[in-house]
Amino acid sequence: MRKRLLINIASALLLARWRQTLVAAVGVTFSITMFITLLSFMSGLNDLLDGLILNRTAHVRIYNDIKPNADQPINKTAKYASGHNFIGSIKSDANRQAIYNSDAIMKSLQKDSRVLGYSPKLTAQVFFNDGSIDITGSIFGINAQEETKLFHFDDYITTGNSADLNKVSNSIILGKGLADKLLVQIGDGVQITTSKGERFQLKVVGTFQSGIKDFDNVQSYASLNTVQKILSVPNDYVTSIQVKLNDIKQAPAVAKEYEKLYQTDAEDIQTANSQFETGSSIRTLISYSVGITLLIVAGFGIYNILNMMIFEKMDSIAILKATGFSGSDVKSIFIYIAISIGIFGGLMGLLFGFGLSSIIDQIPFNTVSLPTIKTYPINYNPKFYVIGIVFSFITTYFAGWFPARKASKIDPVVIIRGK
Amino acid sequence: MNTILEAKNINKFFHDPVRIQVIEDLSFSINKGEFVSLTGKSGCGKSTLLYVLSTMDTDYDGALFIDGEEMPKKNEPFLAKIRNEKIGFVFQFHYLLNEFNVLENVMLPGLKLAKYSRAEVEHRAMEKLKILGIDHLALKKSNHVSGGEKQRVAIARALINDPHIIMGDEPTGNLDKKNSDMVFDIFNQLSSEFNQTLLIVTHDPSFAERTHRIIKMEDGKILK
Repeated sequence: MRKRLLINIASALLLARWRQTLVAAVGVTFSITMFITLLSFMSGLNDLLDGLILNRTAHVRIYNDIKPNADQPINKTAKYASGHNFIGSIKSDANRQAIYNSDAIMKSLQKDSRVLGYSPKLTAQVFFNDGSIDITGSIFGINAQEETKLFHFDDYITTGNSADLNKVSNSIILGKGLADKLLVQIGDGVQITTSKGERFQLKVVGTFQSGIKDFDNVQSYASLNTVQKILSVPNDYVTSIQVKLNDIKQAPAVAKEYEKLYQTDAEDIQTANSQFETGSSIRTLISYSVGITLLIVAGFGIYNILNMMIFEKMDSIAILKATGFSGSDVKSIFIYIAISIGIFGGLMGLLFGFGLSSIIDQIPFNTVSLPTIKTYPINYNPKFYVIGIVFSFITTYFAGWFPARKASKIDPVVIIRGK
Repeated sequence: MNTILEAKNINKFFHDPVRIQVIEDLSFSINKGEFVSLTGKSGCGKSTLLYVLSTMDTDYDGALFIDGEEMPKKNEPFLAKIRNEKIGFVFQFHYLLNEFNVLENVMLPGLKLAKYSRAEVEHRAMEKLKILGIDHLALKKSNHVSGGEKQRVAIARALINDPHIIMGDEPTGNLDKKNSDMVFDIFNQLSSEFNQTLLIVTHDPSFAERTHRIIKMEDGKILK
């Protein structure tokens, strides 16, 4: 009953000054709209940029690194074991780059419940022969099907079809830059020379654009078997296994575990690409601070308008107090006014924010390096909407709280005597 | 005779700009059904006294009893409740809320008290308006009625919770002769027909003369 009465009075005061109220609400609407749009756009962009690398990067990469052996003979001598031994001119191990027991490892990965999938990979350094010119490049031997499933390989194929890698023997998909340099199209042949001097003729079945031009100038893909043939190595010869996990956050722990378990090197995505996470979090931070700044400005608008309203309504407040409304009743009335401005403005803001981001989502955005992206990226995460409405509630509450407290402290005697 | 309002040794000072005593050790009481006027020259402290008696001003020394209960000086929500339930106010200025119509203005204190349902409060408000002969204005916006009518609406608002006492601070001060007489007649009618207790501050001698009892003040003291 009490609440309803106070809300009645609040809404009467609100409606009597609906123009002012509307201006205040528009302030909130504007800031929430911008907040939502900014965050959706920024986070869409973040996802896009992260996806550029992260989607194509394994969560855990199992490989054999080229490095000096940690167990140098001097460390095994009891006499010198306690000291720190400096060894000069140390050389890397002559161990092979292929992963030992790759078949067994893949079988055990298949049983691991944390693993979403894996894809073996083999890298061959080759020269692409174009007349008298040799272009250095590399060929990745991949399982096209797995690569597409786990790392969106298909998204970057601009011409041709990734499935042809398996269907057509001795086939290759070239980077766009590389294909342009070699002046080849689908169906043409390219000649390569391996580091051991052997020559091969491969058939082009497609080109890809990864979005990073330096990649496209030197890289190409072929099926695992083709690359094994080029390198004349056996069927189980792979230089790395790309593992994708169900939960990316587990990657560092899993990498450590695999390192021990499989006696190889394993690198997690967080270590390999830490700069991307830093970039994303800073971009997010900037968008949040801009959004919150907008809201605080809107809060000051509400504060001003309520202050003015209280100044105008001195008489009404005085008589309400004289006829039995307590200070806390008066305070509640003004807080209701502030909150209803906040909620109304906030909800409108969510609506407009959604509208504006959908419009941005329709604006064409064609860039050579990102063939799959046709419009500006937008992330419609409901989280932003929840944060938006909660923030609009909180700022308007505080913007209303100070004027409301002032109103509750008005002494009716001073007003009535002043007449 | 039961005492509605009793003041015991009330002293009040103004501190700004210099300490001045406005009310000096003042004691008196008002019984049920009395129609009392409080008169005196400007600045003698009669309005100040009224605000002390009305519980709105708590910065005083001494004791104030309303309906036999001593009024605390610190408990603002409790005093607000007392004003709501036991005291009706009529000021020189009507203080109606322009956002509401006449009926709603009268109903507000009743809704605040929440003793009756909304429908009942509305019914009672209509009755009060009828007593004052302005029930035809009930649905008009309060800033669309004349000055005399506004003051009558203010009286109806003071009556809505059947207060123990009605306090008036120069309720006729802003009105012409005709409307002043009408307001007096209303007060007189309330006093005689409904046994309503009234305490009215006025500097209009003709108004004061017609009341049951005159308390005359000078320099913060009551003249006998």
